[in-house]
Amino acid sequence: MSAAYWTPAWLWLAVIASGLYHGVNPGMGWPLAVSAGLMEKSPWALVAALWPLTAGHLLAMLLVILPFALLVTVVEWQRPIQIGASLLVIAFGLFRFANRRHPRALARISPAQLGLWSFAVALAHGAALMLVPIYLGLCRESDLDRSHEAAGTLINANLGMAVLVATVHAAAMIAAGGCCAWLAYRYLGLKFISQSWLNLDTIWAVSLILVGAIALLLNFV
Amino acid sequence: MNIRPDPTFHASPRLAMEAPPEGFAYTVLLSPDASKPDALAVIDVKPGSSSYGQVVHTVMMPNKGDEFHHFGWNACSSSLSPLTGHAFLERRYLIIPGMRSSRIYIVDTKPDPTKAAIHKIIEPEEIFRKTGYSRPHTVHCGPEGIYVSTLGGGGKNGTDGPPGVFIMDCETFEVLGRWEIDRGPQTMHYDFWWNLPRDYMVTSEWGLPPQFENGIVPEDLLSNKYGHHIHFWDLRARRNVQTIDLGANHQMGLEVRPAHDPVREYGFLGTVVDTTNLEGSIWTWWREGGKFHVEKTATIPPEPAAKEQLPPLLQGFGAVPPLVTDIDLSMDDKFLYVACWGTGEMRQYDVSEPRKPKLAGSVHIGGIARRTPHPNGKTFGGGPQMVEISRDGKRVYWTNSLYSTWDNQFYPDGVPGAQVMANAKPDGGLELAKDYWVNFPDGYRAHQVRLDGGDCSTDSFCYPSV
Repeated sequence: MSAAYWTPAWLWLAVIASGLYHGVNPGMGWPLAVSAGLMEKSPWALVAALWPLTAGHLLAMLLVILPFALLVTVVEWQRPIQIGASLLVIAFGLFRFANRRHPRALARISPAQLGLWSFAVALAHGAALMLVPIYLGLCRESDLDRSHEAAGTLINANLGMAVLVATVHAAAMIAAGGCCAWLAYRYLGLKFISQSWLNLDTIWAVSLILVGAIALLLNFV
Repeated sequence: MNIRPDPTFHASPRLAMEAPPEGFAYTVLLSPDASKPDALAVIDVKPGSSSYGQVVHTVMMPNKGDEFHHFGWNACSSSLSPLTGHAFLERRYLIIPGMRSSRIYIVDTKPDPTKAAIHKIIEPEEIFRKTGYSRPHTVHCGPEGIYVSTLGGGGKNGTDGPPGVFIMDCETFEVLGRWEIDRGPQTMHYDFWWNLPRDYMVTSEWGLPPQFENGIVPEDLLSNKYGHHIHFWDLRARRNVQTIDLGANHQMGLEVRPAHDPVREYGFLGTVVDTTNLEGSIWTWWREGGKFHVEKTATIPPEPAAKEQLPPLLQGFGAVPPLVTDIDLSMDDKFLYVACWGTGEMRQYDVSEPRKPKLAGSVHIGGIARRTPHPNGKTFGGGPQMVEISRDGKRVYWTNSLYSTWDNQFYPDGVPGAQVMANAKPDGGLELAKDYWVNFPDGYRAHQVRLDGGDCSTDSFCYPSV
């Protein structure tokens, strides 16, 4: 595949697909929404728990993408930035591959602090980092003639794009996670939690490496 | 690492009850005079099996004088919370502390319980160096890994600083360090447990090592110097939030049994003896309006006995105290089992109304004065001690030894290791199974029982039963 085929439509699809992928993974938190619903005996408690989970995930995405949003305005460095970001994602994937341990700090977060937990888990798993190459691809596709624009407009455009990417991703994530939570809560029962939980540690690490590698490849074609 | 969560991890207590029944029981054996190494016995408990009720494998330890007491699994149903990130652990390793030696054995029960073997040994020096604690006791698997309570602080006597809880890595079994950040007024330790989604821990008190290692100290007991507090903690913040004094006469509040269903914010505590009248008692604690409360909800009176029936320790009293040394709560939170080690009785209370326990069943076996034999005619030394309930609540297993030096004081004739089982009726009522009697090797005493796949004092759950 050459860069020409890597159209914005495909990139947006990747933003949504990665959101769905994060959402269905029980490790990103939907069983906590089930627990909240059951503990309070109310579906509204389930829905209420989805908000902090979404907010935490969204914040983690923004925290990682925003610095790149500022960086890409330095047009002449665009290529090194993209290569650097790709290598960063690959390196993090390799790190996740070698080190499967979960940071103990995550287990120290109180069950009441769902937003903080969601934020921390998205950072620790590299979920946010996974979006960076896609985001950079979108910037390249949408701002082909950027050298003529004023720096301020550029920054605003890129920040806007970063917020949009993170929001679309988080929306997809919570739609998928929310569906799983609702199905488990309303129809499938708690057994679904242990039955649907697959060990994605390896796949997750490989996904990061793959996303980084594709992004890297596209810089050379 | 598994691809799927361990099938013995259950999201809720109800799912745990519906799981297949236990196939093996694990019982720790101790050599009371330290003449032989302590051991782990694996017992076949599959009805109809040719080796039913027999020890089918024994793991002998390489050291002597460990004094096995309580033990636990490396992982349990609590791993199913995404918060902890441990969903793919296996319930595979038994963590067995030596209470006297402060050594910890990690025993691997896979691929088959009858081939269980030592996987790792943590020497006492590592525990002393990394935690400042000694005499490891209760083991639970939880959010940050494996939690181990200790009965001693630092120094030879274990009195340099208070005892507490330390944490071990649940995969490498490396000792990580102390759990407490702010212990408040807590200075003694015994048992602990928690409510994971509600994020609190409850701990109890026995006494400091000089008060138990060489036997019960009657002067300390009569002057109410054993533990009589219950402590409540913020589990993740690792700090004491409340301490309640049960009253100095309520000596030794030991086992803490929270309701299994995490939506229920109450639990039980048994106290060994009231020094004013020799009663044993059951206490109910609960949380309401952000505060914890505790109340004595059942008492068990002492039984008069002739002087010649009593050991020297009790002759001055002319009575046998029930000595409530263990309690256990069924998985559906309906029945509380109370071991009366002195009078030789296993009581079953209906605790559907937690603050109004109702006696629902009882069997007598052993006992200081009664010495009730087993229905199969065999003599049961000691009295009912560590009790374990099957997940489905239908079978109740127990042993007969409390602690080497205390056994000798209360039962000077000895406490040969025994394990029995009673069948529990769904609506209450207990009956000893005539065909279940485990013979342990000569010279060994039996203490805590664990069931494969978890039991009623092992697992904690992150989701309520629905």
